[in-house]
Amino acid sequence: MTAAQEVVTEAPVIDAVPKRAMTLGYGTSLVVLGLLVVAPLFVKNFIVFQLTMLLIYALAVLALNILTGGSGQFSLGQSAFYAVGAYTSAILMEHAGMNYALTLPIAGLICFGFGFLFGQPALRLSGVYLALATFALATAMPQLLKLGYFEHWTGGVQGLVVTKPDAPFGLPMSQDMWLYYFTLAVTIAIYIFSVNLLKSRSGRAFMAIRDNEIAASAMGIDVSLYKTLAFGVSAGITGVAGGLGAIAVQFVAPDGYTIVLSISLFLGMVVGGVGWLPGSIVGSAFIIFVPNIAEGISKGLSGAVFGVLLFLVIFLVPHGARQVAIVAQQLIGKLKKN
Amino acid sequence: MTAMLNVKDLRAYYGQVQALHGLEFALNEGSLTTLLGANGAGKTTTLRAICNMVRSTGAIEFDGAPLTGRSTENIVRLGIAHVPQGRGTFTTMTVEENLQLGAITRNDKAGVISDIERMYDHFPVLKERHTQQAGTLSGGEQQMLAVARALMLRPRLMLLDEPSFGLAPLIVRDLFKILGKINREDKVTILVVEQNAQLALELADKAYVIETGRIVMSGSAAEIANNEDVRKSYLGY
Amino acid sequence: MELFTNQVLAGIATGAIYACMALAVVMIYQAIDHLNFAQGEMAMFSTFVSWQLMQWGVPYWGAFLITLVFSFAGGIAIERLLFKPLAKAPILTNVAGFIALYAIINSVAGLIWDFTIKQFPTPFGSSSFLGSQLISTHQAGMIGVTLGLLVLLYFFFQFTRMGLAMRAAASLPESARLVGINTSWMIALGWGMAAAIGSIAGILIAPVVFLEPNMMGGVLIYGFAAAVLGGLTSPLGAVVGGFLVGVFENLAGTYIPGVGNELKLPIALALIITVLVVTPAGLFGRPIVKRVWT
Repeated sequence: MTAAQEVVTEAPVIDAVPKRAMTLGYGTSLVVLGLLVVAPLFVKNFIVFQLTMLLIYALAVLALNILTGGSGQFSLGQSAFYAVGAYTSAILMEHAGMNYALTLPIAGLICFGFGFLFGQPALRLSGVYLALATFALATAMPQLLKLGYFEHWTGGVQGLVVTKPDAPFGLPMSQDMWLYYFTLAVTIAIYIFSVNLLKSRSGRAFMAIRDNEIAASAMGIDVSLYKTLAFGVSAGITGVAGGLGAIAVQFVAPDGYTIVLSISLFLGMVVGGVGWLPGSIVGSAFIIFVPNIAEGISKGLSGAVFGVLLFLVIFLVPHGARQVAIVAQQLIGKLKKN
Repeated sequence: MTAMLNVKDLRAYYGQVQALHGLEFALNEGSLTTLLGANGAGKTTTLRAICNMVRSTGAIEFDGAPLTGRSTENIVRLGIAHVPQGRGTFTTMTVEENLQLGAITRNDKAGVISDIERMYDHFPVLKERHTQQAGTLSGGEQQMLAVARALMLRPRLMLLDEPSFGLAPLIVRDLFKILGKINREDKVTILVVEQNAQLALELADKAYVIETGRIVMSGSAAEIANNEDVRKSYLGY
Repeated sequence: MELFTNQVLAGIATGAIYACMALAVVMIYQAIDHLNFAQGEMAMFSTFVSWQLMQWGVPYWGAFLITLVFSFAGGIAIERLLFKPLAKAPILTNVAGFIALYAIINSVAGLIWDFTIKQFPTPFGSSSFLGSQLISTHQAGMIGVTLGLLVLLYFFFQFTRMGLAMRAAASLPESARLVGINTSWMIALGWGMAAAIGSIAGILIAPVVFLEPNMMGGVLIYGFAAAVLGGLTSPLGAVVGGFLVGVFENLAGTYIPGVGNELKLPIALALIITVLVVTPAGLFGRPIVKRVWT
């Protein structure tokens, strides 16, 4: 052993979710799906818009879950990928007149590339170092978007206005409702893709890397490839979410994609249960609705109330919504026996 | 003679898995006992349970006082030193700092300084390397450091978890000689958990054999060493 | 060339701020093995407390001492009440706790003292230091206090029993318990000390950046970056890192075209990360050897 070295025997930083526990059972999934399909029919347009944002942020949290819960890489930079996706869609729609639906796969691919590239230097970093690097990315992005150099495309500080699409084929539904179902379809597709990805060989490679990187590489897993792949996939999904977000909110502006978004997504992941894909929607609900609730309780102390509510959640369920699901499952199991 | 350490109906759990199923044994003051068993039998778990490092039920008494409910550090302060598996050396600190840490709960500065000198007498190689980072020592040297650190507590009871692990036989022989010396001269009661049955039985007065969380045999070391089953299962002849 | 030297000196002066914050960051890292995002807010709150004391007529040094004690006690209280219950929870959950703490402290400070900018006095005066245009007496004082703190911390960790125990508890908690150290209290103590150091940092920084609830946001990030650059286990590294970050930031602002105030932070961070890619454990940190088995 060479001199003056800190020997680290690390327990995995990410609380490992076993593969089979990563998703909901079929029955529960169908119930949730049913609720999601039916929900907008009974509420006002604004609520439909909020539900759409719920799905969009759920996608972003899901992406983070794949990256952190799946491959064990910590990222505070998701807002950067979200922004790139949003701006890609906006620019393609407003400057190139492209159909909104087509912009999404392009946004996804561009962000995949961007994430894959970012994953390269990130290979040498982990833990707090990676956190700092992704933090830098997140803080740089709004500033880059404001740069005069790009202003012709990005609209500078004011950003761009995005036209909301009408329902196609003259279907009798509002723009909000159409967008909701469109988003729902995209979300379901990506969710199924993600579940299959994590169950596949690549998914197992991710989790092996998360649990013990040295052992994984000793087993022949190409750690560099899979780590950058995880970054790429995560960025790609976040980019699609960003694109959808741009369409839903109807504009993009640099200050809409700050580090606060990254931190919110991180909180969403923790509240939902790290690595538990279905929890993404619970996390998303938390970050969308709880700040509003906090403001409703006390305008002057809204931050403090939010913090207190967050503490309550993490004291009660330190492992997030997954913990609730496990307890529920055990209860149902006991009831079935009786 | 009432036992110094009395263990009754000890059951220990790792999560939902039960590792010890009602262990019972006693250690007399001044004795040198060995606990033998195969991998996974529960030897390490036993030592960890004594120090409350694993969830357990049952009664453990030290000098008549119950240990249950006390934190690990409080149990240590009662005079029980535990040399864990893998040695637990503070690798980023110097040899001398490791020894100082062994005595961190003591208030007699002069006593600590003279004890450090005594450790250097027991283990001259530590004196040679006393300003070196502990992580740079060889396996055998780190084991000696771990034992020395435990002795700095001036313990009444010393628990050792597989001290021979990963060490060359000659070094283990030396180490066990020193343990015997400490037991006789410093009057430290010792419990050694070992897979290396032969050397352990040569060293100890008393022995227990543990299998899947239960004591299956007990007696003097000589009796156990001569036992047919033990010879076949653990001594290889 | 003169511009370069001037910018370097100016960078060292501002770097003293980051160095001081970085010391607090390293302190908490030594105790709990992660970074506490709410540390900047805790420092800010402490600074407000001392400001309030001075508003009530307490003289500067009296307020300083009271704040120090208050911060130390406050740090321990926060750890015992909010983070001890999370000790067995996953690390990411603890991080969420730090974020929650940030939100609470920031919000409460805003409510009590509102967001208007306030002046904060300095005991060092603000005339120019030794006639130099770039370093004021206050900045020189900052550098002096930071270096003094560094010496004290070094002495504490290397030569006192408590310091040794804290190092042991942070390095190998289970082994530390096996020598009788109450590792739980070591963590509480670490928080207390980090809070106290943070309050000193805040009190030194406030005269320069002016006192308001959001004053520590940027400083904290630079403080993290400095601590990481210096190697998270080294107080000396934290201080050197702080000065380097100050210099990087200034040079980036001066020499890289198009870098206005907004891009200074990401550029500085990018530079730091580049250094880290080359020396992953930081400049003074110990290289980390990962054991494959125990």
